[in-house]
Amino acid sequence: MSTSPAPPALNASRFRAAHEADWARLDHLVGRIERRSVRVLDDDDLLALPVLYRSALSSLSVARETSLDRALIAYLEQLCTRAYFQIYGVPGNAWRQVAAFFTRGWPDAVRSLWRETVAAALLTLAGAIAAYLLVAHDPSWFFSIIPDGLAEGRDPSASADALRQVLYHGSAEDALAAFATFLFTHNAQIALFAFALGFAFAVPTALLLVYNGMMLGALTAVYAAKGLAFPFLGWIAIHGTTELFAITLAGAAGFRIGLAIAFPGRVARMDAAVAAGRTAGTAMAGVVLMLLVAGLLEGIGRQTVEVDWQRYAVGAAMLIAWLVYYYLPRGGNARG
Amino acid sequence: MRAVKPRPIETLRRRFITPEGVDLQLVLGGAGERAAAFMIDATIILVTLIVMSLLLGLLGYKSGAVGDRLDAIVVLWLLGFFVLRNGWFTMFEIGGRGATPGKRLMGLRVVARDGKRLTGGAVIVRNAMREIELFLPLTFIGAQRVEGIGDTFLTIFMLAWTSIFLLFPLFNRDRLRVGDLLAGTWVVHNVRGTLAPDLATATPAERRVFSDAALDLYGVYELQTLEDVLRRANPDTMTTVAASIRRKAGLPDDGDDWGFLTDYYAALCARLERGVMLGRRRQDKYAGGR
Repeated sequence: MSTSPAPPALNASRFRAAHEADWARLDHLVGRIERRSVRVLDDDDLLALPVLYRSALSSLSVARETSLDRALIAYLEQLCTRAYFQIYGVPGNAWRQVAAFFTRGWPDAVRSLWRETVAAALLTLAGAIAAYLLVAHDPSWFFSIIPDGLAEGRDPSASADALRQVLYHGSAEDALAAFATFLFTHNAQIALFAFALGFAFAVPTALLLVYNGMMLGALTAVYAAKGLAFPFLGWIAIHGTTELFAITLAGAAGFRIGLAIAFPGRVARMDAAVAAGRTAGTAMAGVVLMLLVAGLLEGIGRQTVEVDWQRYAVGAAMLIAWLVYYYLPRGGNARG
Repeated sequence: MRAVKPRPIETLRRRFITPEGVDLQLVLGGAGERAAAFMIDATIILVTLIVMSLLLGLLGYKSGAVGDRLDAIVVLWLLGFFVLRNGWFTMFEIGGRGATPGKRLMGLRVVARDGKRLTGGAVIVRNAMREIELFLPLTFIGAQRVEGIGDTFLTIFMLAWTSIFLLFPLFNRDRLRVGDLLAGTWVVHNVRGTLAPDLATATPAERRVFSDAALDLYGVYELQTLEDVLRRANPDTMTTVAASIRRKAGLPDDGDDWGFLTDYYAALCARLERGVMLGRRRQDKYAGGR
């Protein structure tokens, strides 16, 4: 073993020397974007970014083929990956996304779910009619359908006065705003379940929708027996058109996912699930907003509007507004 | 240098071709890191919730807690709880970083599996599924405890339900949660790394020269293991490795392990690189020399 003055000029060393400055600049730019946003870059940096990114990518390809320096390859891999996601992977401008969601994304997603929506609405209706007939025929069915906690004394044994009391003077919760908030968060959670359970081939979602209809039908039967059907439906309608529509849509979104997984058709099961997930997810964001509106109508609107026909009018107006927003061809009057 | 099995992290590498046609070789986040990230987020959410409740409670206590004041406090609490529970993950992942604070700490981010933009819809789906994966069964069990109706069967069922979803990522190659699967996303490593110094130029100008026989002992795999040893610079390991190389190459011990190993690394690297340039990549010591 002897010593010699000439260091072996490794490819990796020469390669590093030639390109290290470019990599460092790209690293610096990407680091700044990651910490703040792409807006912190001035025009020069912005123009340089894609050029530096492509040169780093080509460095990576070259290094993989010619260099045995693992640290170099690892560095270039993480640099290119970070730059890739900052250039290709980030969501666009937040405000433009929000605007696109309200003008196109939300109504388009809901419209494309129309078959599932009809099915979900029919299931709810079937549940309501079945429960109505059951309870009208034999009031003891009521107790099997409605849990004690929800009935709040509104059962077949209650007097007509007690039932009327609930319709016009509110329940125990007099704090309107707090009640509205509670209803919104509660219903939003239920809708999220209805949606997420669609994953299990849509079966739990269908059960949830039928049960939701049954609760409505059973309560209607109790009121109808005392001749209070018309005011009761008004009490429901003021917020119910929005709320039931929202829960129906959540169920429809769940159906879309469950069906895509069960019957993917010509595409791969995974791809079908992803495509359905995107549409359904957009619709679900809208459903949460609808439930916010429903919560406000229920908590505040219903307690302040106490005339039957006005309640019907508000409910009908909301329903028409939603239908127009979702199903009227674009270019017409859209509301958010 | 004994041949050891490649580290398990290699099984989480995935092909990912950019539009420019380069394979980025993404590294997926492991189950442990994902769990740790979630624990961090859950802890932050819980602590925030407790602090928020205490502050609002104090506010209610001070202001006499009647009528509209109490009302406003209840509204604030309910909305705060809702936003924390459903909004924490979604808000952070929709942002440019694509990661919650927990994921950032663990060096992870959420990206679309097809490499396109991560849309708001995908993030919402991803996190809405968490409702049935975790919160639904927990709520059931919690409600039972509160009402004192300890239905053992239902509790076991719910625990089984949660564990199916919790363990779901372990049963597929890509470590996808059910939410990831539906949203078309996956969680990848996104750590900022620094370029480690070049080992070959960091050595003094005067180098040891090795015979062809001494350099023919090893291949690329051993070279890169030696690189790891040098970068970690653990004296004991270096002594062991240096002794092993000297014994195999029949070289005397000159007492300078670091100098010997860096020189040997540079010489071996130069030789193997020359081979690579000529289309002869010697993968490890078992692949025949020239």
